[in-house]
Formats: sequence, structure tokens, C-alpha cells
Amino acid sequence: MLQIKDLHASVEDKTILRGINLEVKAGEVHAIMGPNGSGKSTLASVIAGKEEYEITKGDILFEGENIDELAAEERAHKGIFMSFQYPVEIPGVSVTNFMKTAINETRKAKGLEDMPANEMLKLIREKSELLEIDRKFLSRSLNQGFSGGEKKRNEIFQMAMLEPKLAILDETDSGLDIDALRIVANGVNKLKSKDNAVIVITHYQRLLDYIVPDFVHVLHNGRIVKSGPKELAHELEEKGYDWIKEEVNA
Amino acid sequence: MDLKEKLVSSFMAFENQVDVDSYVHGIRTEAIKTFETTGFPTKKEEAWKYTSLNKILKQDYSVFPKQENSIEYRDVKKYLIHDIDTYKIIFIDGKYSSHLSETTHDGIDVCLMSAALSKPKYRLVIENYFNKAATNDSLSSLNTAFSSEGAFIHIPKNKLVEKPIQIVHFSTGNESALMLQPRNLIVVDENSHVQIIERHQSLTENSVLTNSVTEVFANKRAIIDYYKIQNDNQKASLIDNTFIKQKQESHASVHTFTFGGNLTRNNLNFYQHGERIDSTLKGVTIIGDKQHVDHNTLVHHIEPNCESHQDYKGIFDDNATGVFNGKVVVEKEAQKTNAFQANNNILVSDKSSINTKPQLEIFADDVKCSHGCTIGQLDEDALFYMKTRGIPEKEAKALLMYAFANNVLESVKIPEIKARITKLIATKLGVNIGFNL
Repeated sequence: MLQIKDLHASVEDKTILRGINLEVKAGEVHAIMGPNGSGKSTLASVIAGKEEYEITKGDILFEGENIDELAAEERAHKGIFMSFQYPVEIPGVSVTNFMKTAINETRKAKGLEDMPANEMLKLIREKSELLEIDRKFLSRSLNQGFSGGEKKRNEIFQMAMLEPKLAILDETDSGLDIDALRIVANGVNKLKSKDNAVIVITHYQRLLDYIVPDFVHVLHNGRIVKSGPKELAHELEEKGYDWIKEEVNA
Repeated sequence: MDLKEKLVSSFMAFENQVDVDSYVHGIRTEAIKTFETTGFPTKKEEAWKYTSLNKILKQDYSVFPKQENSIEYRDVKKYLIHDIDTYKIIFIDGKYSSHLSETTHDGIDVCLMSAALSKPKYRLVIENYFNKAATNDSLSSLNTAFSSEGAFIHIPKNKLVEKPIQIVHFSTGNESALMLQPRNLIVVDENSHVQIIERHQSLTENSVLTNSVTEVFANKRAIIDYYKIQNDNQKASLIDNTFIKQKQESHASVHTFTFGGNLTRNNLNFYQHGERIDSTLKGVTIIGDKQHVDHNTLVHHIEPNCESHQDYKGIFDDNATGVFNGKVVVEKEAQKTNAFQANNNILVSDKSSINTKPQLEIFADDVKCSHGCTIGQLDEDALFYMKTRGIPEKEAKALLMYAFANNVLESVKIPEIKARITKLIATKLGVNIGFNL
């Protein structure tokens, strides 16, 4: 589904990614771990299409097609979704209206008519129940005044509404208490299927107890320096990242 | 001959058409003298520092339309609020159009200035109110000098006027360039409530300059909600001079929605003569190309325990320029005044600009006055966030801009007007989204 080949990326002439290779197939869950500043969030943003990041070398292929030149919304229309580490507050735009616009613009891009209002309502009800989101919450301005946990739940709610093929969860566990973590993870697990894939970007192993990865990759200094099965996450939790750094430098 | 000379010299011809022995004509004669002395305002005047009339005054305007033009309802229906029952006072090239209008004398007077000026039964109202709120600045004086037609609305006390009143000025473009000077007088007596919608619309690309004066009197406990829809084509310029004189416990609000026009200048003045008065001035401006909009507001707090609320939002794209000049005067006697003013702007392009200047003159010591202005850009992080959800750049920008303007729309009390404005905003921003936030 996703193939990243020798990806180099920089922002404002500062090189952050220095040759990432990664392949994610449908049905898989990949975890990307690594110390702060290793390039985890940059990788997520580059896949999602943030313009400030310049791809200096390498390619990103999604379902066999090079997406380097596509705008963020075009990538979204193809089925790429990113859950933000820091969801942006948008005063004056309600959660419901935001979702309606997102869904109908995506449908428009595919040559489909707007989703009928009753169908939309049904979908919103169904998905908000999945994330245990109060109906009142949906009429509030997007992310404005939301707690950390509410913001993250809202991200996964959006994911549930948009049903992406590839979901990248950027530090979705940060700022979550255990209940919220459980709700979020449960939401992600329910949405998982053999046809879609998830990349979980996290600093800690905690979330991976709930969203169990097939592969764990360690990112350091803009490169994937180690890949392994889910047990690697436990090892990192126990021993920290220093041993990896030493291994790389040796 | 420049426009000033042309206007001054045509005053004699104008006198042939009106009753020169009337009370009002004495006022007109004074006014033309004032205009002759002062001329059109120039950028040397503080209040006109950022708005130049030079270019629009160079056109060879016809000041009296030569012929009567008619238009069909179906051709102009889209400019009217037609999904609710309303009174309509409609003018075509400055002349009253009876077949498009719906006036009344049933308990209230919703009719014509020309009728009010000529019929004896209106003499008292005219003597009590005509030109009693307007100032003698040059443009208002010019309008006063030629005042003969416009809307005349008199609501006696204790009337709740359920149907909104639309005042619409169409110009047909049959003249290559036309100057219009409508004069409206609105008197709302004790405990009465009225809603008014005003619009100026030219139907072709020929130049139009409108110098309008509207005097509004809100007597004791009257409620007036006034909506100005300024969405004219880009060959049309508008100078709107509105004067609102309020008595005790009255509430008056003016919402000004400006999306169209070449040059638009709104001189909006509120005078509070009484206690516990509430004045609201709100506006949404969304312009692009080389459009220019100037909001020049005044709220004069004269007596204690009154409030004023100003909230203007501006969005400027391309080479558009905006001005907000908001003056609040709180007299020494006007203790316990609450006066709020906000002017927030978004510059969408690097070439657009806004000059915003709050002016507070406070002579009382126990008041709450606040003002704030901001100039910003669209939030790039928010745009990226929206794009990752599949909302294209243009729609994402539109949604952010609509959200930015939305709290002004929230105080629009007529749902059909709110819907219409929402649609105009979508059209202006070139998107086809519902916005129902």
C-alpha cells in the first residue's frame, strides 16, 4: 500500500529525514518509535503532504502511485489520514460541519454527489458512539477548548468518519489518561481491517499494548535504524533508546 | 466643467421641479451654499485620509436621469428578499417604481419622500425631523440640497411592524454615468419596532455614484434593526451617510454587509439622546480586486447608562483596500457608559491593505470602554489540518473566513437575510459549500 524509498526531506534547509525505507502492506500495523527529534512527526507530515517540507531525494508511493507532487487534500482523497499530535483549534467551525464538508469534498473529488443528510446523521451517530463522544460535543467549535483527551478522541472520530486506507497516528497517546487511551485504541482496533493499514508513531510503548503492531521500527537521526517484531517495543521501554544509539554509532 | 460646478449650476434647474416656497426648500438653499463653499472632501481632511474620491468624481455623471426607465420584476427578483412577505420601496434610476413596490398607509406610513414633502398631512413630521439628524458636512449637504426622493417611513407608537421593509435603488445603466442622491427619512415612535433592508444595485456595467443620506429617529423604547446589503457591481460607488438619533431606552442596530462595489464609504453616525440606549454597529466586509471600502463610524454617548457595541470584520484579497475609522465620544454627563469596539481583519493577499483607527474621546470618569483591532492572515496550520481531511485549499480558506465573520451574522434576526448573506459570501469566495455552522 505504502512504499517509501530512500526518502530525504528538509525544512528550511535543515535536513531531517536522511534516507527512510519503509513498506506498509494492507492489513498491517506498523509502529514507529524513536527519541525526540528523530524525525517521527516529520515523517508523518511528509506523508500527509505538508508543503513546508521539501522532499530532496527519494519517493513516496501510495498504491503504486508516486504522491510526492500531490496536495494534502488530494492525498486525503486517495485515503491517507493523519491524526495530529496537536490538533488545530478552528473557532467558528463546528465538528459536525467540518466533517460534513470533509466528507462531501472527498465525495466530490471522486465524482459522487453529496451524502444525503439523513445518511450523514446516521454515520455521525454511529461513529460518535464508537468513540464515546457526547452529541453536544459535535456542535462545538472544532478542538476549541477541548481537553487533550477530547482532541485525540475527536481525531479518531474523524478517522472513523473518513475511513482511510492508511491512517498515521502521530503521538495519539500523548496527553491521554488511561480511559481515553482505551477508548481511542478500541476505536482504532474496530476500524482495522485486512484492507487498511495503520502507522502508529509513538514515543512510548504504552499505546502498543492496545494497538498491537506487526512491526516496530526505530527512527534515529532521520533513518530507520532497527526494525523488529512487537517485542522490540518492550525492549525499548525497558532499556530506553541509548543502546540503539550506541549500536548505530558502533 | 467639473462635477462640483456641474452640480451647483444644475441647482437652478432643480428648483424648477420643486416647490421653492416650501419649508424644506429653505434647508436645501442653505445646503447648496454649504456644498459650494466646502466642495467634495479631499485626502487632506483627516476623515478622508485613506479614501480618495478623485477618480470617481472625474466621470461625467448625469445628475438628473433624462428618461423614466422600467424593469421587470423577474429581472430583479434575485436582488430582493423574496421568500418572505415584505414592504418594498423601489426606485429605478432615482424614480419611484410603483409596479415593483409595495407601500402602505394602513396604520403606518411606508411610502415616498416626494409624497411626504408635498402633502400637508406630513408637514409636521417633516418639520420635526427632516435634516434634524444629518450633519452639514459637504456630502450630506450636497444630498440635502437635491433631496426630493427616497423612502419615507413613519411608524406611529405601539406598532410592531411584522413585515420587514426593503428599500432598493436600481440603476438601469441607460445613462453612461449616473449620479443618484436618495434621501430617506425613517421615524419610529414610542414602543414601535421595525426592520429595514437597504440595497443599491446597478444592472449594467455603466458607472453609478450614489450619495445617499438616511436619517433615522428611534423614539422612546423604539427598536430598529437595519440591514445594509452592499453587493453592487464594480463600476458602482456608494457614499452612504446614515444618521441615527436615539431617544431613551431605544435599541438600534445596523448591520452592513459589503462584498461589492468599486468604492464604498459608510459614514454611520449614532447619537444617543436619553438614558439606557443601546446602539449596535456590525459589519462584514469581504472584498478583492481593486475594491475599496471605508467604514467611518461615530457613536456619540451624551447621556448616562447607555451602551454601544461595534464589531466589524474585514477580509481583503488581491489589491483591495479597507479603512476602519471608529470614533466613540463619551460626554462628561454620560457616566456608566459601556462602549465596545472591535475591528478584526484578515489580509488574504500581500497586496491588500487595511488602515484601522479607533478613536476614543472620553470625558466621563466612570465608564467601561474597550476597543481592539487586529490584522492577521489565515492560519496556515488550520489550513493544512483541513486539507488533510480532504477539504481543498479554496474551500478550507472559505470555511475559515466564514467562521471568522460568523459572529456578526449570528446577530442577524431575520433568518432569510442570514441565509441570503451566507449565500452571497459563498459566491464571493467562489465556493459551493453550505457553511451552516
